Amino acid sequence: MKLSYYPGCSLHSTAAEFSASTEAVFRHLGVELQELEDWCCCGATSGHSLNSYLSHALPLHNLILAEAAGEDLLVPCAACYNSLKAAQAFMAAGSQEALELNEWADQALGRQYQGGAKVRHVIDMLADPTMQGLLEGRLKPVLNGLPLAAYYGCLLTRPPKVASFEANPEQPQLMDRLLARCGATPVAWSHKNECCGASLAIPQPQVVVELVRKIVAAARRAGAKAIVTACPLCQTNLDSRQVNGEEALPVFFITEIIGLALGLNATPWLKKHLVDPRPLLQQQGLRAVS
Amino acid sequence: MAAQQVIPSPRLVLVIEKASGQPVSRCYQCHKCTGGCPVTGFMDLMPHQVVRYVQLGLEEDLLKSKTIWQCAACRTCISRCPNGIDIAAINDALKQRTLARGVQPALPAVAAFHQAFLNSIKGKGRVHELGMMIAFKMKTGSYFQDVLLGLQMFRRGKLRLLPEGLKNRERFRALWQGEKEGQR
Ligand code: SF4
Ligand code: SF4
Repeated sequence: MKLSYYPGCSLHSTAAEFSASTEAVFRHLGVELQELEDWCCCGATSGHSLNSYLSHALPLHNLILAEAAGEDLLVPCAACYNSLKAAQAFMAAGSQEALELNEWADQALGRQYQGGAKVRHVIDMLADPTMQGLLEGRLKPVLNGLPLAAYYGCLLTRPPKVASFEANPEQPQLMDRLLARCGATPVAWSHKNECCGASLAIPQPQVVVELVRKIVAAARRAGAKAIVTACPLCQTNLDSRQVNGEEALPVFFITEIIGLALGLNATPWLKKHLVDPRPLLQQQGLRAVS
Repeated sequence: MAAQQVIPSPRLVLVIEKASGQPVSRCYQCHKCTGGCPVTGFMDLMPHQVVRYVQLGLEEDLLKSKTIWQCAACRTCISRCPNGIDIAAINDALKQRTLARGVQPALPAVAAFHQAFLNSIKGKGRVHELGMMIAFKMKTGSYFQDVLLGLQMFRRGKLRLLPEGLKNRERFRALWQGEKEGQR
């Protein structure tokens, strides 16, 4: 199997371990990832905040590249995933602006968007029957019952009609199921898809500190020993903005946990975290993590 | 509080409905949006009030509000609104209108951040997080905020020193230009 791969800017920088673990997991399962040549930034929150044109044009650039490549597009970053899905919905609605943008893209890139790109978030892809087949027998329940809080945040499920691949976007389950297959005990908790404040972390850290405090307190209340995300913004905010007196909870990327359960060497990824998750894993009997 | 008489004006609602693509007129003030919004504690207008103010044409209050910049674009409101109204998109349209009219943003740091972010993409096609942070700090004078955190991230190799860019930058610039061409 072969997939196109769109890492996005964060995965080339602050969330390098999300990219490294994603690539390692898919490679281990025999899936070839071909990085989309010359992908551009999706514009993220700043794009749609200040410039409607760019909020569609930037993801469209990447949709056109992906459509030309012909494979499904694997996207680990929840924000990039959401921008791509929003741009697809915008193009599909076929407004005058959408038609004009496509014309312009044709002139600039030499190709129009035909509506054929298939955008798959990492969780969506891992829950796909083909991938489930590849995981079968390879995932080992190495986490020995570790209670984990699966944190989905905003961008994987909202707006539901545009972005969600879950049966119930208010109660997402796919990450919980993956965690259970890795031997963890996913906890039932209240803040699965509450917002972490995303990019407000830079201009307004005090807001993010407050939102993170509530999310982490909820995870703790439910008995979780760590949090698992699939979004570089969520991971960075939760990993860097816990300031309460208690010991901070480690914050994993889902692909790091899958990597551990596949027996891959997770140390280079885990070393990059601000809250070091290795002591917790060692306590849990994962001797290979150093 | 003294009662204030408001004479509704339908002009703003038309402009914002078009710019945001949202059916603002459908709102019947059920407050579900505000009930789920995670940042109401930091807002001066509640999300349902933003929609109502647009309906009533209270433009000045909207353009000067913190709320339009405070919105985290989490889209909880549209997920729960019985009328499918995306208040984040309304806030975006209002932010753009604020800047277009030369009104001072009520949360200048948020506006400066978004501008620094877009400038960072414009040059090379990808965001250079370190460069963008420096540009943001120069603009806002917040040099010391988060310096320790920045150093920790740097030590863990989370911040690239040099920006990366697209190979085919001409193609990318041409698409970027479409902004001017397309919005004639
Ligand atoms: S949830 Fe929708 S209808 Fe209800 S007040 Fe908010 S915007 Fe209006
Ligand atoms: S999108 Fe904005 S207004 Fe809507 S719930 Fe989220 S923060 Fe509140």
